[in-house]
Parts: sequence; structure tokens; C-alpha cells
Amino acid sequence: MTGPDPAPPDSDAAVPADDIEQLYDWAPCGYLSMTPGGVVVTVNQTFLTWTGLTREDLVGVRRFADLLTAGGRIYYETHLDPMLHGQGSAREVALEVVRAEGEVLPVLVNAVLERDQDGAPLVVRVAVFDATERRQYERELLRARRLAEEAEARAVELARTLQQTLVPPRPPEVPGLELAAVYRPAGSGAEVGGDFYDVFQVDEDTWVAVLGDVSGKGVEAAVVTSLIRYTVRAIAVRMTDPSDVLRDLNRVVLDHETTHFCTLALLRLVRIDDGWQVAESLAGHPPALVRTPDGTVHLFGSPGSLVGVFDQVEFTTARRFLGPGETLVLYTDGVIDAANAGGHFGEDGLRARIEASSPSPTALAQELVDEVVEFQHGSPRDDIAVLALSVPG
Amino acid sequence: MPMDAASRWNVHLSGREDGPTLVFAHGFGCAQGMWRFVAPAFEDRYRVVLFDLAGCGDSDPASYDRVRHSSLQGHASDLLELCDELGLAEVRFVGHSVSAMIGVLAAVERPELFSRLVLVGPSPRYVDDEDYRGGFTADDIDGLLESLDSNYLGWAGGMAPVIMGNPDRPELGAELTTSFCRADPELARHFARVTFTSDNRADLARVTTPSLVLQCRDDVIAPPEVGAYVRDAIPGARLVTLDATGHCPNLSAPEATVAAIAAFLDGSGE
Repeated sequence: MTGPDPAPPDSDAAVPADDIEQLYDWAPCGYLSMTPGGVVVTVNQTFLTWTGLTREDLVGVRRFADLLTAGGRIYYETHLDPMLHGQGSAREVALEVVRAEGEVLPVLVNAVLERDQDGAPLVVRVAVFDATERRQYERELLRARRLAEEAEARAVELARTLQQTLVPPRPPEVPGLELAAVYRPAGSGAEVGGDFYDVFQVDEDTWVAVLGDVSGKGVEAAVVTSLIRYTVRAIAVRMTDPSDVLRDLNRVVLDHETTHFCTLALLRLVRIDDGWQVAESLAGHPPALVRTPDGTVHLFGSPGSLVGVFDQVEFTTARRFLGPGETLVLYTDGVIDAANAGGHFGEDGLRARIEASSPSPTALAQELVDEVVEFQHGSPRDDIAVLALSVPG
Repeated sequence: MPMDAASRWNVHLSGREDGPTLVFAHGFGCAQGMWRFVAPAFEDRYRVVLFDLAGCGDSDPASYDRVRHSSLQGHASDLLELCDELGLAEVRFVGHSVSAMIGVLAAVERPELFSRLVLVGPSPRYVDDEDYRGGFTADDIDGLLESLDSNYLGWAGGMAPVIMGNPDRPELGAELTTSFCRADPELARHFARVTFTSDNRADLARVTTPSLVLQCRDDVIAPPEVGAYVRDAIPGARLVTLDATGHCPNLSAPEATVAAIAAFLDGSGE
């Protein structure tokens, strides 16, 4: 610190040059000097005014640490004092001084330890700033941060719970049909993804399978996913043609006034003898792939409109018999759009994998998803869902 | 990922490679830099081992386990692992503050590993309990946690302490800014709770290692009567009171601290 500058020649004569003692005593911060052991040796008037203590209370009698709350005293002894002696200074340390009347004054403290020429500690100088309002603000911040952390933890938990309701842990047992479904959310999986699937029975020999992808992410997308899933269940019970189901579903989603839309593949499966008659309608979704017992893979399905975008929609129902030894695979675009530096996984990649894969739908679905994840170095950019159905034989 | 002791606890070895082993353990609040004015005095005769407790200084944050380290026993197990991994024997152990009790626990578990214990400002229990006077109430400890929280914002902002006033000792510069009293606030909070709610009074009587209690004349964290309590509870322990104030004589009165430790290590220990 340097002394006050001489008054510039053109200074206003009504304002006297500040006196160094006045500056010390009435500076807008508290000043204390103490022995290296912490006993107060000088203190300015500002500190005394703030705290209601007197010089007689302090000088040569008390340690600065003794003026603090108990918690602050521990902090002083275990942090501030070591910093002073170990590194010579401490800055912006938040403490609380106990006033003469017992209330506390939140302060910020800067302190330096001065050593003599031989390096022996000489004096500790402390500047004390009233931090009442700042501390309140910081407490608010701290509380907000805690709340935010808790809210985030709850949101992640909610996402998981929600995800489990949208994507059943395993598909149901369907006599005469082997079913496998694998779902892998994008990235770390903390968010609710948009992919979903469902398999349910509508009468003794009739089942409906649906695999879809709702645009967007998060809670609102999950609400739309939930709406679509239960609407399909409700409509599919009374309508036999999958295209009719999609048409009604489109109306419901449009009425919901959401900006989210959806692609899906809807299958109605009726058991006949040793196989299944399959009716499929697609809404902006890639067609199914069917692998025949000789290992060749065929596209199955005709393209249709997205659900939730247009009033006028067009859906087509494709039909085929799924016989013994045949496997039908439904997938979301997270499979074919998967990319790495070498290019896209693509439809060709998908077909090649399905041609080469083992006959078990469980192994097929799992291996396929694993490959797509690995293709993206373990962190898929989009959700991936695969549903595989095969007729034993 | 398993790491060696040197990386987990930021171990620093110095001094005579063939000298007897002298391990310094720092207390609550800071890290091994606490010994910077003490440890060098022993390097001409001893193999000096410095390290950072889990959760402190530059120890590997991943090695801090809230279950393992929910009591001082976890830190004592760390100390034993560290000694074993470094192949130490006949350890002269100097523990400051909370590390005094960590040393006590380790020496009770493996008495053959330790030949001397120096307990600097030890307290087996900080909180008052019936007739026992630790010096603090449970509310005081909550106050400390609040105090840590208040200083959390500064930490979070990456405030690097500015080094001042030691132009003749430039070595106090960069190394200190990165390691002195630096800790992950969440871990510091956990460690504070573990430290100040510990009760190791019953362990003292089980110490068989020759022990010295180094006590400051005026220390609010570990008051003189607590030092006397520790001396009385450890069979055969001695007490030396330093003419120093505060809780960190290793920083505020290094010469006296060095002299007392050296005298004890040189003596018979009886």
C-alpha cells in the first residue's frame, strides 16, 4: 500500500486531501493486524463500529479466530491459518464474525502474512468486508444448485421409469411365434428416447405388433409416445385392417395439437396352421425385412404417410404368409442412419447382417443392435429399436 | 482402474534411500504441503514419505469411496496399503490433526509395522460427550459444514490463491497454488463430517507403539486438555507442549516442531 497522492492542483478546495490515519480508521472495510499467532494488535474504527466491540476487548487480548462462529473458527484453523503460514496469503475467505451483542456479521476476509528478512513470520494483516447481502445471495445460489441437482436426479429417474412403461422389458410369450425385441437409447440413456414398441393380443389367434419412432425427445415426446401406444391398443381391438388403425391414429395425434409426429410399422398377425398371416401397414417407416429359410432377405411393405402431420393420409396394407423358418425384422431408423467416419450402416449393411445372422430372433436382434452400437463407437446418436419375429420350423 | 499407491495418494519420497522410514500424514483442511517446513529437516537421516489423504490435495478423486471413507478406519486401511505397496517397515509415523487418529488406528491394526507414533494436535473426539470435553458441539460441526459451503463458491470458480510476499522463496510459488488446501468441495464436506464426528477414544488404550503427543499451548481444535487425555489414554505416551498457538505448529512453529519430533525419534521411546 502507498500513501495518499498529493492533491492534484485543480482539486476542489472543499475536499481536503485524505489523511492516512483517517483512511485507516474509516476505510470502508475493517482492518486488523495480528501477531503470527493470531492475537489482534491493531484494529480500525470501521471494524469496531461493525462489530460493536471495543479496542480494549481486542488488542493484545483476543485472537481474530476467537471472534468467529465455532464453525468458522474450525475453518480458520484448518484452512485460513495454514494458507497464511504455508503460502503467505488467503483471499475471499467467507467467515462470520460474532458481534458484541451476539448476532453474526457475514464477512469476506483477505489476509497476508508478512515475514521478516530471515523469513520469520512478522505480522498478519487482515482486511474484512461486510458480505451480508452477498452471503444471502450466495446461499440462494447454493440452495438453487442443490435443488437443481436434486431435480436432475429426479428427472433421470423419471426418464427411466417412463422408458420402462413405453418399452416393455421383454415381449410377451406368443405360442407359435418366437419374439425378440432390443432397445438401446441414444447416448448415455438419461433422456427418454422416442422409439417404442408393443406386442399385444386382440383375440385368441390374433396379435398386433407395433414398432415406432416419435420425433423429438424428453417428456413431451414421451407423452405423445404414450398416447400413440395406448391409442393403437384401443383402435386395434375393433379394426382389423392396419391401415384403418393408422388412419384413426393420425386423427387422434392431430387432435392432440402436438408438434411431435411419428413413424411406425403396424403388424396384425393371425395364426393359421403352422404359420402366421401377416398384414402390415407403414406410416413413414422403413419396410420390414423378411428372411426366408434359404437365407435370402426380402422387403415387405408399402410406404405410407407420417402420423401426426397431414390431414390427408395414405396407408396401404401389405399381406403375406410367414411360414416356418421365416423371420420378420422391424427396426427404427437408428439402425440404418447410424454413421461413423467410414459412412452409414445403411440398408445394405442391415440386409447383410440379417442374411448372415443366426436363426434365433433373440440372437439376431441382440447382435444387430450390438453391431450398430459398436459401429458408432459405443455411443449411438439416435435410439435403436429392433423387433424380430420368427416362426419355428 | 487400479492405480499404484504413488498415483492414488500422490506419494512423494525424499531423503536418504537407505535411511529409516519417516511417514508424514497431513490433517483435515489441506494436504502434504503442511509439512513443507518440517519434512526437509529429516531428509539427511530418514527416508521421508509424504502423501495426500484420499479426497485431499492431489490424491486421485476416484480413490475416494464414500463407503470406505465413511470412517477414519478407511483412511487407516489406505495408510496400511500404502506402506505395504511401498514395502515400508519400522515406520516412524507423524500424523497431524485427524491423521493422528488415522495413525493410531493403523498402529492398532498392525503394531509390527510401526516403531514410533508422533501425534500432532490429536483429538480422539471433537464433540463434547458427557464428562468428556472435546471442545465442540454438534451444532458447531454443522457450522463448519456451512462454512465449507460458503467457501464452496470460491472453489467452484477455480480461484487460485495468489502467492505473495515470499520473493526469497520462489519455490513456494506454483506448486503451492495447485496443491495447498485444495480439495473437491463435495469430498471436503464428506471428509469434514467423518473427521469431526469420529470417536476413537476407545482405540487409544490399544496402542502399543511408543507415542508422542505434540500439543500447542493454545489450540481451539485440539485443546491442551484433549492432548493430556490422549497422553493418559495411550499406555506410556509422552506429551510435549509447544510454545505455539493455533492448530498447525508444523507451519507456525516449524523449528520447535522439528526439534520435538527429532528428540523423540532419537530417544529410546521408553
